[in-house]
Amino acid sequence: MKLARLFAAAVAAVAVLSIAAVPGYAATLRWGAQNDILTLDPHSQNHTTTHGLLQHTYESLVRYTKDFQVEPSLATSWQQVSPTQWRFNLRKGVKFHDGTPFTADDVVFSYGRIIQPQGTNQIYVSGVKEVKKIDDYTVEMILSGPNPVLLRLLVDFRIMSKAWSVKNKSENVQNYVAKEESFASRNANGTGPYVIKLWEPDKRILMSANAAWWDKIEGNATEVIYTPIKADATRVSALLAGDVDLVTDLPTQDVTRLRTDPKLKVLDGHEVRTIFIGMDQYSTELLYSNIKGKNPFKDIRVRKALNISVDREAIKRVTMRGLSIPAAIMVAPGVHGYTTELDKVSTTDVEGAKKLLSEAGYPNGFEFGLDCPNNRYVNDEEICQALVGMWAKAGLKVKLNAQPMASFISKIQKFDHSAYMLGWGVATFDANYTLQSLMRTKTTGADGSFNLGRISDAKLDALIDAAKIETDVKKRDILLRDGLVLTRDNYYYVPLHHQLRPWAMKKNVTTVYKSDDRPESRYARIE
Amino acid sequence: MSISDRFRGAWDHDLAWNFRRSPVVIIAALLTLICVGGAVFAPWLAPHSPFDSGTLILTDGFTPPAWTAGGRSQYLLGTDDQGRDLLSTIMYGARISLAVGVASVLFSMVLGVGLGLISGYVGGTVDAFIMRVADIQLSFPPILIALLIDGVARVALPREAHDQIAIYVLVLAIGVSSWVQYARTVRGSTLVERNKEYVQAARVIGRSQASIMLRHVLPNVMGPVLVLATIHLATAIITEATLSYLGVGVPATQPSLGTLIRVGNDFLLSGEWWITVFPGVALIVLVLSVNLLGDWLRDALNPKLR
Repeated sequence: MKLARLFAAAVAAVAVLSIAAVPGYAATLRWGAQNDILTLDPHSQNHTTTHGLLQHTYESLVRYTKDFQVEPSLATSWQQVSPTQWRFNLRKGVKFHDGTPFTADDVVFSYGRIIQPQGTNQIYVSGVKEVKKIDDYTVEMILSGPNPVLLRLLVDFRIMSKAWSVKNKSENVQNYVAKEESFASRNANGTGPYVIKLWEPDKRILMSANAAWWDKIEGNATEVIYTPIKADATRVSALLAGDVDLVTDLPTQDVTRLRTDPKLKVLDGHEVRTIFIGMDQYSTELLYSNIKGKNPFKDIRVRKALNISVDREAIKRVTMRGLSIPAAIMVAPGVHGYTTELDKVSTTDVEGAKKLLSEAGYPNGFEFGLDCPNNRYVNDEEICQALVGMWAKAGLKVKLNAQPMASFISKIQKFDHSAYMLGWGVATFDANYTLQSLMRTKTTGADGSFNLGRISDAKLDALIDAAKIETDVKKRDILLRDGLVLTRDNYYYVPLHHQLRPWAMKKNVTTVYKSDDRPESRYARIE
Repeated sequence: MSISDRFRGAWDHDLAWNFRRSPVVIIAALLTLICVGGAVFAPWLAPHSPFDSGTLILTDGFTPPAWTAGGRSQYLLGTDDQGRDLLSTIMYGARISLAVGVASVLFSMVLGVGLGLISGYVGGTVDAFIMRVADIQLSFPPILIALLIDGVARVALPREAHDQIAIYVLVLAIGVSSWVQYARTVRGSTLVERNKEYVQAARVIGRSQASIMLRHVLPNVMGPVLVLATIHLATAIITEATLSYLGVGVPATQPSLGTLIRVGNDFLLSGEWWITVFPGVALIVLVLSVNLLGDWLRDALNPKLR
C-alpha cells in the first residue's frame, strides 16, 4: 500500500517536472567548467572565469554584441565632447537586484573603486582621469589623452551600487592577494540579466533570471547552475551522463570522441588567448636557481635559448591534439594588431640554444623554477612538463611547481617565481591591451598590471603609451606592430601557442560561441 | 651438519612443506618476487629512464602497447602523454609504492609494538590510557585518519616543501592510521607472557624492566606481528594508492602506482586505456600476491589449522 502511494507520488512529481521542462518555458542550464571563480567582487581580480561569471550579474556602460561590436548597455548613448572628454547618457529606470535605482553616482563610485591599487582591473578604465557626474543620468569621463579603445575597455568596467557597497562596508576592493574577504567578495548585487543566488566555493553557483532586467534574455535559461569540475575525465563524464548540459574547458583528448557522440554537439572556435612563459627579468638574483648573485634571464641570449629550444609543433600535435596555433607573438588571431606574417614560428634548434647558453656563460646550463597552474589553461601542467623535457635537452634543469590557479596566481603576483606560465586573453580585442598589461613597465595602475617578469624597456613603453592615445588607425597599427615585434625580437616572453577552445553541449542546447571563451547564459536555449 | 643436510632440514620444515603443497602460494610468491625485483632493480632493469626529462621525446607520446596497431617494440606497454615508457614508469612507480608501503608498515609496527608492549607489561592507568586511545582511533576509518594527517601537514608546511616531504608525510599518515592492530595484538600476547616463569625469573635476577620487555617478552610476541605486517603491507600499498589517486599522495614528478592511475584516468574516455589500465593491473597483481602470501603465512603458523 505504502509502496503504491509512494509510486503515485513519484509519478505525480515526474509529471509536474516534465511540465516545467516544456520548450519555451523556464529551463535550467547546467553548465560545467573547470574552474571556480576567485571572488564575487567585480573589481578585484582580472581573471577570465571570474569575469565570465560576473558578466551575468554585473553590467557595464557598454557591452559586446555576438560578434564583438560595442553596443549600449547601462549607457544608452555617448558623445565625444572633445578627444579627451566623453559624455555618457545613462539608462533610466534600471534597478540593482536589491532594488536600489541605478544612477550616475554609482558610475562615479565604481570608477573610484576599480582604480584602487589592491585590485587588478584598473586596465578597464586606463587613461580615464576622472569621472564626473553631470546630472543623475549623465556622466562625463575626462581622459588623460585620446583613447581609441575606450569603449572596448569599458565593457569590463562593471558597475556596483554605491548605496549597497556603503551599507555593507564594501567600498574598498577586496585585497585578494592578502586573502581578505569582504561582503562584496561573497555577495553580488548588479543590474544584469541574472541574480547570483548562491556561491558555494568549489561546488556550485546558482543563478536565476532577473525578471526586472531592462533587456530581455534571448534564450530560455531562467536558472543557471554553474559547477566547477576540476578533473577532466569527470567533467566529460558528467556531460556524457547528462548531469550537465554544457561543458566548457574541454579536455583536448576527448574532443574527437565528443564530436562523434550522437547525443552531443561540439561548437568550435578559437579563443583570443595566448599561452606563454614569463621570466623574471628584474631581480638581481634569480629565485629558485643555482646561479647566485646574478639573473641569467637579463641576458637576451638566455631568453632566446629558452625560446628556440621549445618544439611548439610537438606540443600542438601530442599535448594539444591539434587544438592550438603555435605562436611567435603575444596576441592571437582575431585581435586587432595580429598578422600571420608577424606570427611566424621559427624552427626548434636545441643545438643553437646550447650554443647561446654557453656564450652567455652557462655551458652546463642552470637551474630555475617554473610555476605553472594546473587547472586553468588547456593542458597547462602537461605543457609545463613537456617544456621541462625540452629545456632539459638544452641543458637547463627546471623544477616544475604545478598548483591550482588560486595559489598560483597569488604566488606569482608576489613575484615569488623565476619563471611562470600564464595565458593572456584579450578582453578588448586590441593588441595594446596585451602590450600594456604584459610589457609596459610596471606602475601601480593598469600599466604592467601582469608584467610579472618586471620587464622594463623604455622604447617599448614609448610605443605603448603612444598607442594608448593615437586615434589615427594607420599610425596606431604601426605602433602596435612595432610593439609586438620588439617584444618578439627581444624574447621578453616565450610565446607557446594560441588556444582553440571548443565547447560541447547536448544536442538540445543552442548557444552562441564567444571567442573570449565566456558563455553568456542569456543566449542559451534548451529545447 | 653439512650444507645439504641443512637444506634438507629447511625443505622438510613445516613451513616449507606447507609452501610446496599449495600451487597458489607458489605463484603468489613468484609474482611478488617479480614485482619486488622489478621495482628494486628498476634503475638497471627498466628499458627507459622515465624521470630523466632530457631523454623524453614528446612526439612519442600516446604510443599504444607494442602488440596493438600503431605500437612500437621499444615501448612494450605503450607510452603516456609525455612519451614516457609505461613499463618503466610502472617499475619506478612500484618502487615508490613499495617503499612507502614497507616504510609505513615498519613505522606503524614500531609504534604499535612499542605501545602494545608497554601497555601489556606496565598495565594500570598507562594500559587503560593507551587502549582507550586505540579504541577511539578504531572508530575512524584508517583512510580518513591518513587524509586528516596529510591535510594538516599540507597546511602546516610551506607549499614549496610539499613535494620533497610528500613521501614522509604519507609514511607518517599511513603509519599512524594503522598502529592499533599491532598494539592490540602485542598487548594481548604480553599479558599472557608477563606472568610466565621465565619473565619472573628474569625479574628475580634483577634485569631492568626495559630489558625484560625487549629481550625476553618481545621475541615471544613477534610471531603474530610478522603475520600482521605481511597482510598489512598490502593494505598500506592500497592506502597509499588511494591517497595518491585522490591527489594528496606523492606528486606527479615521482609517481607511485596510484598517481599513475590517476593521471591515466584522464585519458580513459579518449581511448588511451593503457595509460591507466597497466598501472592498475600492476597494483592488483602486487597487492593480491602479497595478500595471498600473508594469508598463507597466517594459516601455516596457526597450529589449530594444521
